Amino acid sequence: MSFKRLWSILKARNLEFFRDRSAFGWNFLFPFLLVAGFGIIFGGKSYTEYKIGIFPSESKQVSIERLNIPQRFKDMSYLKFIGFSNAGEGLEKLKHHRIDFLLKAGDGPHQYWISDASPKGYVVEQMFKASLIAPASELNAEKKEIQGSAIRYIDWLFPGILAMNMMFSALWGVGYVVVRYRKNGVLKRLKVTPLTAFEYITAQAISRIFLLMFTLVIVWTGCDLIFAFNVQGSYIDLFIIFFLGSLSLTALGLVLASRGTSEEFTTGILNFISWPMMFLSEVWFSLEGAPGWIKSFAKIFPLTHMLTAARKVMHDSAGLIDVGPEIMILSLMTLGFLTLGAALFSWNK
Amino acid sequence: MEPILEVNNLVKQYDKVVAVDGISFALRQGVCFGLLGPNGAGKTTTIEVIEDVIRPTAGEVLYKGAPRRPSFREEVGIQFQSTALLNLLTVRETLETFQSFFTKTATVEELVRLCRLDEFLDQYNDKISGGQRQRFLLALALVNRPELLFLDEPSTGLDPQGRRNLWDLIQGIKAEGKTIILTTHYMEEAQYLCDEVAIMDYGKIIAQGTPAELIRQYSRGITVVLPRHRFALEADGFPLPVREIKDTIEIKTDDVNQCLKQLITHGVDLSDITIRSPNLETVFLNLTGRKLRE
Repeated sequence: MSFKRLWSILKARNLEFFRDRSAFGWNFLFPFLLVAGFGIIFGGKSYTEYKIGIFPSESKQVSIERLNIPQRFKDMSYLKFIGFSNAGEGLEKLKHHRIDFLLKAGDGPHQYWISDASPKGYVVEQMFKASLIAPASELNAEKKEIQGSAIRYIDWLFPGILAMNMMFSALWGVGYVVVRYRKNGVLKRLKVTPLTAFEYITAQAISRIFLLMFTLVIVWTGCDLIFAFNVQGSYIDLFIIFFLGSLSLTALGLVLASRGTSEEFTTGILNFISWPMMFLSEVWFSLEGAPGWIKSFAKIFPLTHMLTAARKVMHDSAGLIDVGPEIMILSLMTLGFLTLGAALFSWNK
Repeated sequence: MEPILEVNNLVKQYDKVVAVDGISFALRQGVCFGLLGPNGAGKTTTIEVIEDVIRPTAGEVLYKGAPRRPSFREEVGIQFQSTALLNLLTVRETLETFQSFFTKTATVEELVRLCRLDEFLDQYNDKISGGQRQRFLLALALVNRPELLFLDEPSTGLDPQGRRNLWDLIQGIKAEGKTIILTTHYMEEAQYLCDEVAIMDYGKIIAQGTPAELIRQYSRGITVVLPRHRFALEADGFPLPVREIKDTIEIKTDDVNQCLKQLITHGVDLSDITIRSPNLETVFLNLTGRKLRE
């Protein structure tokens, strides 16, 4: 292997990326916008989970104080009230799941509608029913507080968004780019030089990993200044986990890049891999309580292991030894993907 | 002298299509060899098998008397028919990147001088004109001071000035003693640049030799062309065979002096006469036919 050739192709790839200012800027801006957006949605008091239609109402905007509905229902959190002039208008919205619950304003007996197909409708119905019953003087239940500092949703979500951004960047930045280069003949031109496939794909991988870690540090620092994330464990451990994660994701990108000349087909394959990975690797929501087979299936994705380890370090003060299994799996996946990618790689169409 | 390149019974088959069908030739050091043929004749496949871009189905390629070794890539320069380059790099940066791949290289200054790159050296690869691009691709093919140079349709898409300019560059490279294999659609280009040509059709070489040999062998006779209105005679009233083509008449002859004498004797006005010597294009059309190929 020649380090001169490797360095040269690495430099060329980095120049290409850093000079593409729109792609470069978007790489930083996108995760930042996502985190900021979710911070605003979930962090503020304005967040509402359930939408309640009320009729009759003169306008969509309703004044909660003036609404003639049970007081305890008005006082409940996470509800948003939307006015409709008549029942028909409200039912149309309910049918299309634009609202979760429709209530006729006025004194009892109250009339309400829900869609049997809507889980949220069921929850609001239970809340509404509870609001009609006078509170028991002594509940057969006791509220306990979580010990230690609470983990905000944004603290839980943040590593997920960063990891998801890494995944897209690794898969598309390597997989898609190399396939495009194969299609337009750049790889063929490189093939007839002494540059080896190993040198070429190593340069691609190093360039992408460098970019992923650079983006991680910049976005983390920027978001931390705004949201002051609570990291219980070591930043170095966290960095190592994200580094290993980016290695495995980039290596997976190399497997996808190893063959093929159709950008459309590669886009399909990339979507086929990235979408289930995004939904099943606990980026947005926990799989706690999900069927066992889904949890087992999610373990085939490197993103799952990276996020599990990162969240353990961030929220539970875990050290590298505590996340040893995840580190081991990520390392093995990297090795496996690299071997497969190198074995399958073809310069030609 | 041992040939620098030998191709023996080369075959390349794709499923049921035989793109290259048992061709053989050998090249001496310093020769410019032209591979001509209609679209789909197998020129590019042949050249890419020799370049080691694609594997042959059968046959062998010997470079300096032996099968190609990894060092082959160090010693050959290649210009493909169409090549995309690394995005967002300048011409200079691309040359430097390619320089780093090879052990023995020409300096950027040499390449700039040889291929006249100075006016666009610091522009991005994709921001240069067609003519500049062809000169740049030629410079990339020369970056490792190759002994054997492959040029696949180097002047396709260029305007007449650009083409002449590129021919001058290639003549300069020839003068340095490099061996060149060139494919082209332009017979004038082949006649101007090549010492030896092979005409391919349906994957086979159907004629090979110097341009002069091929013309002698496959396209004898000189064509005298006159506007129809200058030739007042009936065709059968003239001692040489006469063909009417649209508004002109064509007379084929091996002895142009005799033909002209006859025309003067018959009182034909020679004011708008055109005399066409046979050329490679005539040879090409005679051998491959005039039917459109796609």
